[in-house]
Amino acid sequence: MTLRSTISAKPQVWATALAIAVAVALLAYVFGRGGYVVTVMGFAVIYGVFVTGLNLFMGYAGQASFGQNAFAALGGYGTAVLCADYGLEPIVALVLSATLSAVIALIVGYPTLRLRGHYLAMATFALGLITYELSIEQSGLTRGFMGFSGIPPLGLGRFQLLSERAQLAVFILIMLLGVWVARRLRGSRFGRALLAIGESEPAANALGIQVFRYKLVAFVIAAVYASVAGSMFAHFVGYISPEVFGLSMVTLSFTMLYVGGIGTLWGPIAGAVLVSFLPQLLRGFRDMQDIIYCLALIVILIFVPKGLASLWSLAVRRSDVPAER
Amino acid sequence: MTETTPMTEKTPSAAPLLEIRGLSATYGQVRVLKPTNLSLFEGELVTVLGPNGAGKTTLVRAIMRLVKAQGEVRFKGEDVGRLATHDLAKRGIVLVLEGRGLFGSMTVQENINLGAYTATRVELQERRARIFELFPRLKERLHQQSASLSGGEQQMLAIGRALMADPKLLLLDEPSLGLAPRVAAEILRALGQLNKAGLGILLVEQKAPLALKLARRAYVLTLGRVVKELEAGEIGSHHDIAQYYFS
Repeated sequence: MTLRSTISAKPQVWATALAIAVAVALLAYVFGRGGYVVTVMGFAVIYGVFVTGLNLFMGYAGQASFGQNAFAALGGYGTAVLCADYGLEPIVALVLSATLSAVIALIVGYPTLRLRGHYLAMATFALGLITYELSIEQSGLTRGFMGFSGIPPLGLGRFQLLSERAQLAVFILIMLLGVWVARRLRGSRFGRALLAIGESEPAANALGIQVFRYKLVAFVIAAVYASVAGSMFAHFVGYISPEVFGLSMVTLSFTMLYVGGIGTLWGPIAGAVLVSFLPQLLRGFRDMQDIIYCLALIVILIFVPKGLASLWSLAVRRSDVPAER
Repeated sequence: MTETTPMTEKTPSAAPLLEIRGLSATYGQVRVLKPTNLSLFEGELVTVLGPNGAGKTTLVRAIMRLVKAQGEVRFKGEDVGRLATHDLAKRGIVLVLEGRGLFGSMTVQENINLGAYTATRVELQERRARIFELFPRLKERLHQQSASLSGGEQQMLAIGRALMADPKLLLLDEPSLGLAPRVAAEILRALGQLNKAGLGILLVEQKAPLALKLARRAYVLTLGRVVKELEAGEIGSHHDIAQYYFS
């Protein structure tokens, strides 16, 4: 068997190996270099969790939500209050905050998800705005514009993740767990129903799929992911303020989702890493940094409209073509 | 299409499978479907004819509760007018949407499996075997993305997927739309075969000559109102129907 035939015989294996090699090289660089690169990677991983959940609702079920930042805020402030004010274990606070987010997503989603298209987008957008306002107004609980500091790092009992490197390592495991769960959901009956809803709601409905129920469940799961991401952020930085979970979080997560590849498993993660690191790579351009950053994103979306994940499938398809053709 | 279908021939019984009384539907302020009566008996193939904008699609969507509708819908004598779309599907009323409503990014197999969403694994296998017997081409295209199929194959898949839900009543909205005459005839032949096997079919069609070859009865719909009901004996000359299209 020649090298060429070996390559064309297992294109997925080669493409996967290449993707893993790139990821390992990046992580080796990040952990080796330390410092701000670890911080940037930490944010990328936190957003990776956030957009993996958002992808379930937007990429699979084809719905629009401009308000997932509300659940990240719930996670962040829940963790901050429970850990700093009530002295709860970080992991317990994370779970409690995620549970609260799920309950609120259920209550909010029940009337909201009966809306469709732009109306749903506007309703969820309002949810994000309301949460933002509450985080400012309820200063007794959230400390308003001053922000909430003194949040301990993630840990359990005596085991505290005191270094950023250690936190990043655990965050990567949480993200991988999140991706694994998303993968399992994608392949399940529930996941197939979501994909059907994303393709055609009336057709899915006419086949007996309970569209509203599945959308609601997807919304709740996405809220749990967002809440966990919010908690991770609070532990990682040790400080949160309303701005952290503001509108910029929505635009940033959408950019990550579309640049990476909405509706794909690893695309949102790739998008989160690229969008987080791009400004760091462009720092040398100083005043022109933001303009070049935006231009780079536009160029990516023009030439790779289905996101970075489509490059992988393109590579697989190209190498799938028999050599004699 | 195969001639060796195991489905046995049945004749229509006297029991009404579907009965609608005063069914109407509105889009916003506009009443697209005026109070309409229609009945379909078990094992019967009934066609609803009419020009563009007559309200044919609204009629089947109103039956399936995909649009807001008022009026009575009875299925096997049970009032199902207040049930949700997915509950109607579970009771055996399955709609093949206009434009097929396929899940384009999914393969033929994934589309077919979603049709039997509520079925067990054994039921899934049995139903798939029946579908492949009726549409052998789907078996050949099993791992192909459904969006890449030809129009005829897409329609076969849409019908096959609906059959996977094991319908007692199949509603079809313009299955010949956008198909070459030969392919459209092939699709309608398959529907005839299904009907002969006892499946109740409500066929919404704009192409009257094709539909009238199969139907036992026909309703002509114009401007959201049934203007003519034709019994089996009266369906001879489809030229007579043309007057309603141009009236």
